[in-house]
Order: sequence, then structure tokens, then C-alpha cells
Amino acid sequence: MQPEGPGLRKTPLNETFHKSGAKMVDFAGWEMPVQFGSVIEEHLAVRTRAGLFDVSHMGEIRVEGPSALALLQRVTPNNVAALSVGQAHYTALLTSRATFVDDILIYRRAPDRFLLCVNASNTEKDFRYVSEHAGEGARVENASAEYAQLALQGPRAADILARVAGRAVLEITNYHFFEGKLRGGEAIFSRTGYTGEDGFEIYLDPREAAGFWSDLMTAGKEDDLRPCGLGARDTLRLEARMPLYGNDIDETVTPLEAGLGFMVRLEKGDFMGANVLKKQKAEGVTRKLMGFELTGRGIPRHGYPLRVRGKEAGAVTSGTFAPYLKKSIGLGYVPVEAARIGEELEVVIRGGAVPGRIVKTPFYKRPS
Amino acid sequence: MKEPNAAFPPNLRYSKEHEWVRVEGSVGIVGITHYAQSELGDVVFVDLPEKGRALTAGQELGTIESVKAVSEVYAPLSGEVLEANESLRDHPEKVNADPYGEGWLIRLKVADTSELEKLLTAEGYQSHVEEGGH
Repeated sequence: MQPEGPGLRKTPLNETFHKSGAKMVDFAGWEMPVQFGSVIEEHLAVRTRAGLFDVSHMGEIRVEGPSALALLQRVTPNNVAALSVGQAHYTALLTSRATFVDDILIYRRAPDRFLLCVNASNTEKDFRYVSEHAGEGARVENASAEYAQLALQGPRAADILARVAGRAVLEITNYHFFEGKLRGGEAIFSRTGYTGEDGFEIYLDPREAAGFWSDLMTAGKEDDLRPCGLGARDTLRLEARMPLYGNDIDETVTPLEAGLGFMVRLEKGDFMGANVLKKQKAEGVTRKLMGFELTGRGIPRHGYPLRVRGKEAGAVTSGTFAPYLKKSIGLGYVPVEAARIGEELEVVIRGGAVPGRIVKTPFYKRPS
Repeated sequence: MKEPNAAFPPNLRYSKEHEWVRVEGSVGIVGITHYAQSELGDVVFVDLPEKGRALTAGQELGTIESVKAVSEVYAPLSGEVLEANESLRDHPEKVNADPYGEGWLIRLKVADTSELEKLLTAEGYQSHVEEGGH
């Protein structure tokens, strides 16, 4: 979405949320619900049943044309050629230093038609970046105003969506999507998410968003479907160790340092930052994003100093009380010699050092 | 006069920073208000002072954290800490469920009861909250 006008941007659900008494906050220039009631209850609803999020602030960029594939191969580290039509993958836009311009999803809609889903705060930057690399034969359009996006997440999500959009959605496998009609408009049903649960992200006509939201809430009543805000979205993604742009990744770190090596396909040929990544792979990185839990009392937060082996070692990039695991967890960059499971560390909280240790991630993995 | 309101018990005194105190003889019981807990959301961590610590009115006495926020708590009155509510260590959610009862934070030996006069009455505090609470 990308509505005009001064002040905070509003999604098509804005009025619905104000009426329902959701607590609204400014997020990346958008007025978004941070919570409807209790963040913990919303978090647990997604882990055990289902939750519905408005993520219409996310940006969409269309890349189409005979050289669209070549363009995306150039600016991202994952192998776009390996995507079938109807498939999506997690990847990044990289600088020449192999650092993150953004982390994104790429949807392949046809051999030469792609849709990028990008972070709200980076939409303009990403659009300029991809446009600058586009030569002849690739059209790049910021299509953000054409799409609202809802995320229906949790073990009951598929059944609830099937009641509203038809049973065909049950056939969509992980990281695949299909395009169909919804309330008379075009929609993309994608089996993806940012919570660590099964679920869907649905891209649709903004004019249909409020109606679709209410259809889902009605269809989800028997499963106690809960509206969820960005607060629960953040705690859910952190339990699942999914990075947040601006916190855990940015233009100073590479996918290999961030533990996202799975998106780096050096064998596909040259791309932005490939040389740096090749070198890092050969020589090893000097720091790595690791997950830790606190053994002492306290809650780690973004920016709190991290100490490893008695030395200051950067800062917590994300931290929270994890509502499902019921402990304090966080992420931070640790020197590679200390980046191993079981290593002890300390988080400096209000002047005091609180002990913790590096643990295996994801902190939470859904039962398969 | 406004109607009595469960969110603003009349027998308490309040600070503009959203703490309450109930004085019984020379002992003051301190907590955060219903409004404060509802603004914070789910409380998941409470850090309170040691017994015996001397506090001055307005001084930070501890920290309350919800999932999304960290909030300092200030002493509404000067005095010495007699007891901290240890049950909040394992059950911080009591601050949400019962801010004026089981969610109390500390008991304080009040140094100077005349400081009470500087605090708000229930009615004054309710107006403060209705004006935005800042």
C-alpha cells in the first residue's frame, strides 16, 4: 500500500481498527495496530490456533519483461532461475559489499513476471535500487498502492481460509502461491509468513481488504481466530529467529554473517556482492548472528551491550520476553571464536551484567 | 464530585507518574495505577529494590517491563523499603490483574507524612489521566 496525503499513512483497515479500540502506533510512517488486547494472548493464539494481521504497509515491486530474470539474478543472491512459476523464495537485495539493502520475497508469476514483497520502510529505496540496475527489457514498477496484504497465521489458518476462499487454497504448498479471485478482485494466496507457523499471506485489492478481514474474522469464530498487532508479529518472528530489517540486518552486515547462508547461491554466477561472499565463504566470517537466552533475570532489548569472554562484543540486535517459550531470548553478533552453542555471555541491562548463553536456533520450531 | 470509580480508588494518593500509595500509620504501600498497567500491557518482569534501601520522593525505585516496553517506577514518598513484593518475581502478571491489591510493589516506612499533601487525590489523578496522563 502507498496512499498519499500528509501525516501517517493509513491502510484500508484503519477505520476498522479505530472502531475496535486497537492500540495504534507509528510504524515506518504508517499508523498500525501494535496490539488489540494482550500481546501474549495474540502470540499464543497464533501458536495454538490462528491470528489475523494487517500487513498492508509492506511494499510490492513489479519486475517484468524479457530481462526481468537477469535483473533479479544480478541484484539478489538466491537463484531466481530455480523458481518455478507459482513459487516464491526468501532472498535479499544486496549492495556491492554484499550487505543488505533489504530482505525480500520474490514471487515468480510467469517466466518473465515477478513480484517482490519488501519492507515498508525500504520500499522507496528498494524501488530506486532495482530501477537503477534495470537495463532494457525489464520494467520496474512500485505497485505498492495496488495491494493490501493480510497475514492469516497459525495451525488453523488453512481451514479458516478455505472456508472463505475455497478449498483450492489447501493445495498450496509451503513457499508456493496461486492467483485467483477474491470478492470479485484479483488476489495472490501465498503460503508464507513471518511467525514460524503454517499460514498464508494474501495480497488483494485495497478496496476489498476490510470486507475480506471481516469475512475471515467471521469464518474463524469457531477457531477463536484473533486479530493480532505488530507487537505479536515481532515476538513471533523472533521466537522463529526470522530477522527484522533495521534491527538484525542492515547495510553493514552480509547474509553469511547473519546466518542466512541458505539464500546465497554462489554457483549461479556473478551478482551484487558475490566476490565479498566468496571471500567470506573461503576465509570464514569474523562475526555471526547468534541466538541466546538469559539464565539471569531480565529482558534483553535492542541496543543493550553484549559481553562475550569479558569483552564488549557489540549489542543485542533483537530481544524480548518470548511468550510461548516463557523465557528471555535475543539475537546479537558475536565474534566467530565465541559463536558456538553453550557459550556463555552477558547482557548489560541498566548497568548490571545479566548472564546468558548461546542456544540453538530457531528458539521455536513448529511441530511437524 | 465525580462518581467513585474502581480505576481510581478514593482511599489512595497518586503521583503524576502513575504510582499510588496507601498510608496505614507510618507504613506506605506503593504500586502502579490501573491506568499505568493498562498502558504498559502484559507485565512480564518486575525489578524491585532491596529491603532497607532509603528512597527519596521522586527517586527511581524499580523497573516494570511489559512485552513491548520498559517503564521506570518512582517513589511517591520518601522512606525506607520494608518489603518488596517477592511474589511478582514469578507472577509479574499480578500487576495487570490486581494493580491495587496483589500487584502492590513495595512497603515503605514513610519518612515524612506531610509529603502526602503534594500527591494527587483520586479525583485529581482521574483528571490528570483524562487530560492525557503526561
